[in-house]
Amino acid sequence: MEISFRLNGQEVTLADVSPTVTLLDWLREERGLTGTKEGCNEGDCGACSVMVTDEGGAQALNACILFLPQLNGKAVRTVEGIAAPDGTLHPVQRAMIEHHGSQCGFCTPGFVVTMATAHLNGATDHDTQLAGNLCRCTGYAPIIRAAQAASTAPVPDHMRDALPHLAEKTPGGDARQRGGGRQPPPWVQPETTQALAAWYLEHPDATLIAGATDVGLWVTKQMRDLGNVAFLNRCAGLRGVHQTETGLRIGAMTTLTELEAAVAEPHPSFGALIRRYGSVQVRNAATIGGNIANGSPIGDGTPALIALGATLHLRRGEERRSLPLEDFFLDYGKQDRAPGEFVEAISLPAQSDRLRCYKLSKRFDQDISAVCGCLSITVEDGIVTSARLAYGGMAGTPRRAAGAEAALTGQPWAEDTVRAAMEALAQDFQPLSDMRASAAYRLETAQNMLLRYWHADQGCDVSVQEVTP
Amino acid sequence: MSVAKPLPHDAATLHVTGAARYVDDIPTPRNTLHLAFGLSDQAAGTLDGLDLDAVRAAPGVIAVLTAADLPFDNDVSPSIHDEPLLAEGQVHYAGQPLFLVAATSHLAARHAARRGKAQITAAPTTLSVEDALAQDSRFEDGPRIYGRGDVEAALSSARHRLSGQLHVGGQEHFYLEGQAALALPQEGGDMVVMSSTQHPTEIQHKVAEALCQPMHSVRVETRRMGGGFGGKESQGNALAVACAVVAAATGRPCRMRYDRDDDMVITGKRHDFRIDYDVGFDESGRIQGIDVTHYARCGWAQDLSLPVADRAMLHADNAYFLPAVRITSHRLRTNTQSATAFRGFGGPQGMLGIERVMDHIAMHLARDPLEIRRVNFYRSGESSSGQAAPQTTPYGQPVEDFILPEMVAALERSSDYTARRAAIAAWNTSQPVLKKGIALTPVKFGISFTLTHLNQAGALVHVYQDGSIHLNHGGTEMGQGLFQKVAQVAADRFGVDLAAVKITATDTGKVPNTSATAASSGSDLNGMAVKAACDTIRDRMADVLAEQHQCAAADVRFEGGQVHVPQASYSFAEAAQITYLARVSLSATGFYKTPKVEWDRIKGQGRPFFYFAYGAAVTEVVIDTLTGENRILRADILHDVGASLNPALDIGQIEGGYVQGAGWLTTEELFWDDAGHLRTHAPATYKIPACSDRPDIFNVSLWDGENREETIYRSKAVGEPPLMLGISAYSALCNAVEACGPHYADLQTPATAEAVLAAIARARG
Repeated sequence: MEISFRLNGQEVTLADVSPTVTLLDWLREERGLTGTKEGCNEGDCGACSVMVTDEGGAQALNACILFLPQLNGKAVRTVEGIAAPDGTLHPVQRAMIEHHGSQCGFCTPGFVVTMATAHLNGATDHDTQLAGNLCRCTGYAPIIRAAQAASTAPVPDHMRDALPHLAEKTPGGDARQRGGGRQPPPWVQPETTQALAAWYLEHPDATLIAGATDVGLWVTKQMRDLGNVAFLNRCAGLRGVHQTETGLRIGAMTTLTELEAAVAEPHPSFGALIRRYGSVQVRNAATIGGNIANGSPIGDGTPALIALGATLHLRRGEERRSLPLEDFFLDYGKQDRAPGEFVEAISLPAQSDRLRCYKLSKRFDQDISAVCGCLSITVEDGIVTSARLAYGGMAGTPRRAAGAEAALTGQPWAEDTVRAAMEALAQDFQPLSDMRASAAYRLETAQNMLLRYWHADQGCDVSVQEVTP
Repeated sequence: MSVAKPLPHDAATLHVTGAARYVDDIPTPRNTLHLAFGLSDQAAGTLDGLDLDAVRAAPGVIAVLTAADLPFDNDVSPSIHDEPLLAEGQVHYAGQPLFLVAATSHLAARHAARRGKAQITAAPTTLSVEDALAQDSRFEDGPRIYGRGDVEAALSSARHRLSGQLHVGGQEHFYLEGQAALALPQEGGDMVVMSSTQHPTEIQHKVAEALCQPMHSVRVETRRMGGGFGGKESQGNALAVACAVVAAATGRPCRMRYDRDDDMVITGKRHDFRIDYDVGFDESGRIQGIDVTHYARCGWAQDLSLPVADRAMLHADNAYFLPAVRITSHRLRTNTQSATAFRGFGGPQGMLGIERVMDHIAMHLARDPLEIRRVNFYRSGESSSGQAAPQTTPYGQPVEDFILPEMVAALERSSDYTARRAAIAAWNTSQPVLKKGIALTPVKFGISFTLTHLNQAGALVHVYQDGSIHLNHGGTEMGQGLFQKVAQVAADRFGVDLAAVKITATDTGKVPNTSATAASSGSDLNGMAVKAACDTIRDRMADVLAEQHQCAAADVRFEGGQVHVPQASYSFAEAAQITYLARVSLSATGFYKTPKVEWDRIKGQGRPFFYFAYGAAVTEVVIDTLTGENRILRADILHDVGASLNPALDIGQIEGGYVQGAGWLTTEELFWDDAGHLRTHAPATYKIPACSDRPDIFNVSLWDGENREETIYRSKAVGEPPLMLGISAYSALCNAVEACGPHYADLQTPATAEAVLAAIARARG
């Protein structure tokens, strides 16, 4: 099957593309563009960062977990395309040299691409923009100095990529069109939810690929054969966040970056939590539908959505059904999803904001949670009228703390009540010990998150992030 | 003068454009083979057999090798021949290479390697320090013991006495470029190897052994590494040997790179230690006697563990005079990755032990830990300045250049330590949930390889007829800026612009018998060797011009790209041309060996170090008493690099070293499960500092001084010492935890949020 994209300004059309060839491998092995580096091959180090432009603008992505079909109709800029065609260095490149931002230089191409993308977008929250780029040499200080120094320079013209002209009938436009018969495995790229639903009903064992931040690792690390594959990134009906009469309807293909923007105002703490979900590169690719559908007990999206009372909308062929999000997670690795059924959207009821999200991990940025507690406690006239306490990392699925919720509900909003709920919470969960945390620590901190909520509600400083020297 | 200028890294432009070439970026012929190891999933046992039919049948597979297929030596150890490339008979750790796949692509090799099945009869594992002690599983016959004085008497007569135990975590290097090698077979059985290594000569040596060829048949080239940190001192041997063996067998180029997870599972890391101490001190906190025991977990093979453990002992004093002292070091063999060199090479572990003792004493006496540190400092000064003679280390080396009292006083002022400490105490009383802490810790780090014969280096310099200069030496570039510093030396010797000097890849065919670029020695050794080579050529040029102009050679001056003789000036190129026409060689080697060092590692006596490098850091942190989460708020550093060859590169080493050291002691946790599997084998689970983990305020200054010893332009080594500035972050966390309760908190490392929360519970009692 044929795809087209622009690479550093030049149009590229590829026939018979295998669905699981990563952009990184293709750049390095087929194109000889070795500036883009493999540091981890799992989207955690950013050494393979590339800039990808589509209708929504330019974004940094990790090329190591980006499959070629995901680029269809987009424009890619690698480190080799950051300097102007005449060789003039980009302002971030000059600043990186002047401020000694490279030592061994191996992470540098990734940093340069991420910085140049942020520069193009006018983003100056450098810690956030660069959280997905690891450097082991510099301690980051000179890199941040470089980013600051370059921030006021004008954007070079060549950075504004045009998009390729896809053929009148785009490949994959017909979901029934199968990949070219010879070597590469078959894959489709439906343009409509309707087409996807029909195809998936016929191929219920197929792998659906949204942002590939999880499925990418099935390929690069587990070396799994994905079988039939559908890429959902051109499926318009799954995208977008819409205001409805009752709240928000969020399409399954909404990226975490888009979700952050949508929830930051109604639920600032949820927005701040998403700011710590993966990295810029991961959030630009990862989708909320994927985060839910993969059923991970440690995904950070679900506890917050459960605490907000989200409803999940599933579709199988022409059949649709909706259920409370928490009911979707049956057991570790097991969800209430029939063969051929997929996540179409979630909806969030409008509500006054009482949500506080507490993510606990070894490292503040870009780390998987040991515990993620998302608590929403409503108080009227000094009495708790409702409590939704959802936790990730405490069980085989994201789950609510029913006992602790009961201990709060109907009680006076007071520290004694909170302590009673903390005790009750010990009966709600039997967490595991692993490399992220011990069971005892998980339980103690899950309990303490209630106390933190209480202290925060009293106006106390409760976050090490908000303290200044 | 090009020396002392803050010039950018020589490859900075190549770095930012993606044009800098690393081993895996080198274009190779289409018939190149790609290799991958099949790994053991058992930590200990007998290898009864391998079922590799499915591997051989996998797409793209050209060859599959086991230990029996290796033509000659099956060994990649840098020390005592105890490290088979492929397991034979016994399996020693989970992750040990069992077989080798050669395929037409990297992916094909990795896919195929997963299909192998090993029959291993599991044996009981030895995983922890305690397991190893119980089974007396160790390297060397028994512990090494260094010391002086009557420790028991000092301890029993001391007014105060404390004992404690500290777990010091290991550390994954996490060089961004994983291990990689490329072997290109040549005519007549020769082999050229491109390797991402800190030690090309060791690669040459091991490849020659594996091919049963003399070393002259093997040439190893290293242009740059994407980070090393000690992790590429010996750990690249396996890849280079594997590539060379298959290349020799097939006649095809062979390339190998570890996938990140494989890299972390196969290769060694920083040694984790248990440190036990028993210390006696007086009312002022002055130590009278101390008994320290190191338990170093060395993993399955000896590798570099003996010198690492030695260096830990040599830093058990850090900056403090210990009148009666015993340092006992156990080097324990376990069924885990073979722990290896990592920036500091044991020094950080040894130093952390005594810094922990300082904090413990201060807590016990309810004093500012800085006072306790000061009262125990070595006496500064030299006999020549009329002051008392220098005090000696536990291993008998006089500390002649002790400048920490002045440095610490300067840092105390510039960081406003005293006022901030008081402000923090007040802030803490007003906060129910959060607590701050602050600490100032010093660094005194010994410079030289403790294996004395390694303190030598060679260089090769050519001047061409057009005045351009080809520079080569035995040091390797891993990001530290060595090549640039040494090029600055060369340019300075010839009085030319840096652009006239071509930096070239380290090459065993140009400079032989090199030592690893390690022990912070790169610029000290190679800078001096290059200086010698340049001066030889310069003197020859001066002689030619002096003869032609009937002046003294000493009157010929090289500066500003010109060569001046009385009444005439030539461009450097003209001077080179004149020298060539006079039939005088414009090529020279240079050689250097460090003076003054002598060391008996069995007795623990002598002068292992040419000099010491110093530094001090103040770190302020905040902790969350509900979760143990913590953050560095501010760091102030004053560091001694002597007279800097390049202050920009030196500050880069200091900033980076501090963050790496702080990472070691906070978020970087290695976790093995009960079966001995490393569960933190990727960046998803092993957390090096990210951008936002650097201090919000980060002030780094260089101490204004020069090396009292005759080093290259009186500079000092800078690679390793700044890592130990990160200890101040740990000490500040101890200080913050102390604010939570009256009891000794016994904070362990790495001080993850979980470790901090546990310590808070102990502080509260």
